[in-house]
Amino acid sequence: MAESHIATEHAASHPALQHHFENMEQQREAGALGMWVFLVTEIMFFGGMFLAYTLYRTKFPLEFASASNHLSLAMGTINTGVLIFSSFTMAFAVYSAQTGKQRAQVVSLVLTILLGLTFLGIKAVEYYDKYRDSLIPGRLFPGRPFNPAGVHLLPGADPRHVEMFYWIYFAMTGMHAVHMIIGVGVLSVITFFAARGRYGPEYHNPVEITGLYWHFVDIIWIFLFPLLYLLGRHLEHGG
Amino acid sequence: MSEHIVQLKVYVTIFLALLVGTALTVMAGLHDFPGKLNVIIALTIAVVKATLVVLYFMHVRYSSRLIWVVFTSALFWLVILFALTFSDYWTRCWLPVC
Amino acid sequence: MKAFETFETPSAARVNYINAEYGLKSWLLTRDHKRIALLYLGSISFFFFIGGLYAMFIRLELLTPQGDLLASTTYNKVFTQHGIIMIFFFLIPSIPATLGNFLVPLMIGAKDLAFPRINLLSWYIYLLGGIITIYALLAGGVDTGWTFYAPYSTTFSNSYVIAAGLGIFVSGFSSILTGLNFIVTIHTMRAPGMTWFRLPLFIWAHYATSLVMILGTPVVAITILLLAFERVAHVGIFDPAAGGDPVLFQHLFWFYSHPAVYIMVLPSMGVVSELIANFSRKNIFGYKFVAFSSLAIAVFGFLVWGHHLFVASQSVYAGMIFSFLSFAVAIPSAIKVFNWTATLYKGSISYDTPMLYALGFIGLFTVGGMTGLFLAALAVDVHVSDTYFIVAHFHYIMVGGALFGYLGGLHYWWPKISGRMYPEGWGRFSALVIFVGFNLTFLPQFVAGYLGMPRRYHAYPPEFQVFNVLSSAGASILGVGFLIPMIYLVWSMRYGKLAEANPWHLPGLEWRTASPPPTENFLATPVVTWEAYEFAPVEEMRVIGKFRDEEV
Repeated sequence: MAESHIATEHAASHPALQHHFENMEQQREAGALGMWVFLVTEIMFFGGMFLAYTLYRTKFPLEFASASNHLSLAMGTINTGVLIFSSFTMAFAVYSAQTGKQRAQVVSLVLTILLGLTFLGIKAVEYYDKYRDSLIPGRLFPGRPFNPAGVHLLPGADPRHVEMFYWIYFAMTGMHAVHMIIGVGVLSVITFFAARGRYGPEYHNPVEITGLYWHFVDIIWIFLFPLLYLLGRHLEHGG
Repeated sequence: MSEHIVQLKVYVTIFLALLVGTALTVMAGLHDFPGKLNVIIALTIAVVKATLVVLYFMHVRYSSRLIWVVFTSALFWLVILFALTFSDYWTRCWLPVC
Repeated sequence: MKAFETFETPSAARVNYINAEYGLKSWLLTRDHKRIALLYLGSISFFFFIGGLYAMFIRLELLTPQGDLLASTTYNKVFTQHGIIMIFFFLIPSIPATLGNFLVPLMIGAKDLAFPRINLLSWYIYLLGGIITIYALLAGGVDTGWTFYAPYSTTFSNSYVIAAGLGIFVSGFSSILTGLNFIVTIHTMRAPGMTWFRLPLFIWAHYATSLVMILGTPVVAITILLLAFERVAHVGIFDPAAGGDPVLFQHLFWFYSHPAVYIMVLPSMGVVSELIANFSRKNIFGYKFVAFSSLAIAVFGFLVWGHHLFVASQSVYAGMIFSFLSFAVAIPSAIKVFNWTATLYKGSISYDTPMLYALGFIGLFTVGGMTGLFLAALAVDVHVSDTYFIVAHFHYIMVGGALFGYLGGLHYWWPKISGRMYPEGWGRFSALVIFVGFNLTFLPQFVAGYLGMPRRYHAYPPEFQVFNVLSSAGASILGVGFLIPMIYLVWSMRYGKLAEANPWHLPGLEWRTASPPPTENFLATPVVTWEAYEFAPVEEMRVIGKFRDEEV
């Protein structure tokens, strides 16, 4: 009796329903909750670096300000805009899937990927500039050990501690970039399936979940931008 | 509980608000405010922007209470990490030995 | 009686998760949580064996006061690798990844965990982490201690710190994925009628453990990453010479690694709650207190890490705060111990092997916990820091607590896992041998440590020899004690008496399906109409076990 009841329920269900879930609603809820729990781990992961940042910034405020002023504010601001725009196209992709607009869904996913790649490209240019100015921390590149000579020091800043800012900068933006690359990879897979018409109003779990991840990466940048690019500008201009 | 579909209008509004926030934070960063006000303004704008993304782009405003709990618990643990670590660093010089 | 209906039909009992499919591929690509649990069981047993070998070398070296068997550099590597293997590759995955993996869906009436593929992925990640770590050991080993303190680990050590760190980093993801899977499963996959307060306490404990896994592990992951970064690029993240702060490493490291102790002991407490209630045939005393104390331990466990830094130039004010909070974390643990004891009162207790381990747990965990209070007191800690007192204390928690719970649980659910009974006589005998061997090993270390014998040296002043000889003698008894169950459990898989569906005559959902269960766990979705630990007379419960007997 109970067995036959279950069998019919499965037979009538959506092809994307996995065998161990009772219905699509349960599957959707589990997926969303799973991604949120994963984002909790991400918050803690970046949290460790934000802690180190806070500690060393309070310890070396002038060195941090001087080093930060050497970053390109223009590229940082453009990148912030690019990432916010990509978050919008991502949200639009989820909306299109929910409302069953197949073409709009694929277009906005492709746009999101392109914007993500734009961000990474600009980031690469910035990294190259640091390499050119010998500002890669440590002795990673044998020919170019870290040398703070190119950084304009604010009065009272100790050149020995400028490096502290740069390893935090590279650790944080580097980990952020790794997350962007993973995000672009996942988005490519999602776009492939979206183009084949897999996601619609009934089933769009993967689009939604990828969206959560993408927005989270955006949020990290929303904090990284003022903390890394804007912390000493006022000292230069005002002073 | 079925899924809530956010209106397109809302997404556009949030997008524009985020762009305005970015412009504001850059302008505020270039201006020299007294005391620690620069950091406070920068972080306030960042928190507002992040909140908008979480509430609308990530649909938390329309999600179950469980998602709220999961998200805020992460922030709570972040506060633990910061508060107890700095309970060490910020009290080190209270004794006249350092 | 309706309350004891079964969700299994006799004819289906013949096809179970073990014989449903054959061949290596059916195991390596399985998505069945029960098979993945067995994969984990095999791999953690392997690592337990390796970690045990290192322990043997430590105890052999310490038989004599001179550093005669191992050179000091070798000894440093041996105790480091004992710690890394035992903590990251045995204790942390032990109960959650084997018993938890097997039982969480069964106990809540689900067909599988929420993300079966991620579950399998977590095993492969664990294996990859293990292989990287074993590479580090074979290539030349690590000598920093399992704590990887900077700046020794970042600047001065010439051993394979990065490889070992990478292994731990990778295996951390397997732990995160397991925790994530449990949390989502417990939230979304409970059978109809399985309300939160009908959940077995084993589930509550695993929920709390998963919280620690997902909130703590990422922090140690980034810490190890920064450590590796500092070694590769020679930047001064934790190096005081470059303005860095080595104490920051300790803060970040212990933010995870103290709660990690609760990853080890909380699941064990869950097992013990099951064992105490079920082998006293009595509802647990204060169900809600035991359930919520698990959550309280998970939360409070994050507030106490600074007691590892009392002598590490931490501010004395932070020391006071951490000392106070460390005392506070003892409260939920004590609540559990009192409730278990109260459950025993007027229970009809049977002293089967699992119960012996559970009773052993209560005693040994209490000793470990109480000595933890000594260490939480600022002044006493200064005296015994880095002595054998610490070593004895955490072995009482990790072996006397976590491992005893694991062995008790393994015996208790063995009929369900393997479909065979283990030999009860041998089981009781080895439980006794392990208890005696354990105490003989670690009780003398409390004394030696209190008298001032430092840890992590291969040589020591001759007046400590008597304690070390006792300890080494105990370790050899303990080693034999561990070998006996390894042998008879493997033996029983083929020759053991066939197990009934419900050999212990208990009400839990996992006992209402066949032993071993079919791949789908339950052929019909169970509807739960009873409370946890709601016992009926044995005669009624025996009915559940009957059908399998009649068939065989």
